[in-house]
Amino acid sequence: MSEFRVRTMADMMAAGEETEILFWVGCAGSFDERAQKITKAVAKILHAAGIKFAILGTEEACTGDPAKRAGNEFLFQMMAMQNIETLNAYGIKKIVTACPHCFNTLKNEYPSLGGEYEVLHHTTLINQLLSQGKISIQGGAFAGQRITYHDSCYLGRANNIYEAPREIIEKLDGALVEMKRSKANGLCCGAGGAQMFKEAEEGTKEVNIERADDMLEANPNVVAAACPFCMTMLRDGIKHHNKEAEIEVKDIAELVATAMDL
Amino acid sequence: MIAQILFIALCGVATYFFAKNVGKIRRNILLGKDIDLTDNKPERWKTMLKVAFGQTKMAVRPVPFVLHFIVYAGFILINIEVLEILIDGIFGTHRVLSFLGPVYDVAIGFFEILAFGVLVSCIVFLARRYIVKLARFQSPELKGFANRDAATILFIEIILMGALLKMNAADQILQARGIHHYIAAGSFPISSWLVVPIYNLFSTETLIYTERIAWWFHIIGIFLFMNYLPFSKHFHVIMAFPNTWYSNLKAKGNLNNMASVTQEVKLMLDPSAVVPEGYEPPTSFGVKDVTDLTWKNLMDAYTCTECGRCTSVCPQNQTGKVLSPRKIMMDTRDRLDEVGKNIDANNGSFVDDQKNLHSYISEAELWACNTCNACVEACPININPMEIIVEMRRFKVMEQSSAPAPINSMFTNMENNQAPWQFSPMDRANWTQE
Repeated sequence: MSEFRVRTMADMMAAGEETEILFWVGCAGSFDERAQKITKAVAKILHAAGIKFAILGTEEACTGDPAKRAGNEFLFQMMAMQNIETLNAYGIKKIVTACPHCFNTLKNEYPSLGGEYEVLHHTTLINQLLSQGKISIQGGAFAGQRITYHDSCYLGRANNIYEAPREIIEKLDGALVEMKRSKANGLCCGAGGAQMFKEAEEGTKEVNIERADDMLEANPNVVAAACPFCMTMLRDGIKHHNKEAEIEVKDIAELVATAMDL
Repeated sequence: MIAQILFIALCGVATYFFAKNVGKIRRNILLGKDIDLTDNKPERWKTMLKVAFGQTKMAVRPVPFVLHFIVYAGFILINIEVLEILIDGIFGTHRVLSFLGPVYDVAIGFFEILAFGVLVSCIVFLARRYIVKLARFQSPELKGFANRDAATILFIEIILMGALLKMNAADQILQARGIHHYIAAGSFPISSWLVVPIYNLFSTETLIYTERIAWWFHIIGIFLFMNYLPFSKHFHVIMAFPNTWYSNLKAKGNLNNMASVTQEVKLMLDPSAVVPEGYEPPTSFGVKDVTDLTWKNLMDAYTCTECGRCTSVCPQNQTGKVLSPRKIMMDTRDRLDEVGKNIDANNGSFVDDQKNLHSYISEAELWACNTCNACVEACPININPMEIIVEMRRFKVMEQSSAPAPINSMFTNMENNQAPWQFSPMDRANWTQE
């Protein structure tokens, strides 16, 4: 990040500065090359909004979500308790994350293990910042573009967040077009439930290719995602159909950062 | 008089066997582990009113919604007429509620319209299943009993509604002919044109027999139907109500944290942690057999009417994998029935039969699930197949260490590198430097 320095909680603590919000980056956002771009877009937006935020840096560990969904409750609770110890030590009150899986776990599954925080997904926070005028989108970077939104299962069905991402897209000046299966009826990208980390079971088709068919049918210029795992699956699906030149897959945060000229 | 005694005896027998079999189902459900689902009662009543009474989740698919709503309204409202049939049967009266006058006439007329609606809907349902062959009724798990069960129910309903209309047709002609005992009561907007033109040709004596036969056929049919319910998927007509009352009210993404694991993990992370008095380490993890599931999971199984909406939205099933959330529910019920019969046959205690729920549900099914909640969202009566899948994975992983190899590698990475991939944890913030 050449424009500004992203600071860690340890930095903030050492400098004796207050942090408004912790940016929980997540494993995909930290290590996956494509997802890192989403992470940077979120950081730029937070910076542009003048929010004092920090990351945990090397003190962050996986929330344990894939272990939990794969049935390894021991490993999940070990990860969770370590993270909760770190978060509580810093007195974290509010967290934003760009990963719906981290979001769901932090929000729903940490409280009964002793980790109670206000947890926001980045689409909710960005939508709030836009509504409050703390950030604004100028120009028509997406004017005339058809944008379709792929619901992440862990935002949508799991947590009933359907509108925030759509409201942001509406503000982008493009045309929001829905796929035939959307919102509560949205089709999974194929990554959840630890499927990301294994081969698919024997069948006739990959789930992400089935989803790519839905995307092509909607005939968009841009597919908007809100999850780094969906990002991987959707891009692979588009590539499978050799459409990567025509259809871009972008995270909502990246679309906003582009529209803000960040 | 003989007819009345016979009728009362029939009522007694039908109620006895129904209560006995419902009692067995209740016993089977309570074989499950305890879970407290009695919090937030106002929200629970609201959910039941909306989802079960109001059938709001059915509305996603308008055609079956309308057809099903007619059959449902018929089931609830025509039962008011069954109440009259019961009183008439016991006291030897005829149309005892006819003193209600115009209200009675309107009600009987309305029931006829409903009965006709139910009849037509059931014919359309049969057509959807066996002529149109809707995809969700063609799955492998519907072969055999499940398929016969569906057809049986629809035929019984068609025959019952037919008997009601025939009874009314004969009755109104006898009323018109001024026959003693057949007091003028009711209105008959359907049978008057559908059946009466034919019955008008019959003699009064034949019509009296016809009316009596149709009356007995209708009520005996209802008793038989009632006693078929506990063995059928059609038991949902009763279970939908309690099952939605006990709905999960938390966010769908919130998977329970196993309390039995928490204490163990605390000790693992800090061996000097204080162990609560009377603490006993857990002896098993996850779900091996149906008795390891919660009673709500088991109630779900008896509530399932095998409509297959879950399976038709499952991303894995749609892409040709063996996983079918409906099959998960059917297997759970089949296994639970088996366990129940085992207990009955062995004087109240279960004798090991070398089987468990994993004998019914394969690893290929368990490891295909995306935990995407599409099945949970789709269920019109709030059944959760996903929870059973995750609980069975817990058994596979924590009891048998038999996860697929790439999943085990993911676990190892998470333990060693704090991420599901093999990256150095020290590189986690490298993106800030680029």
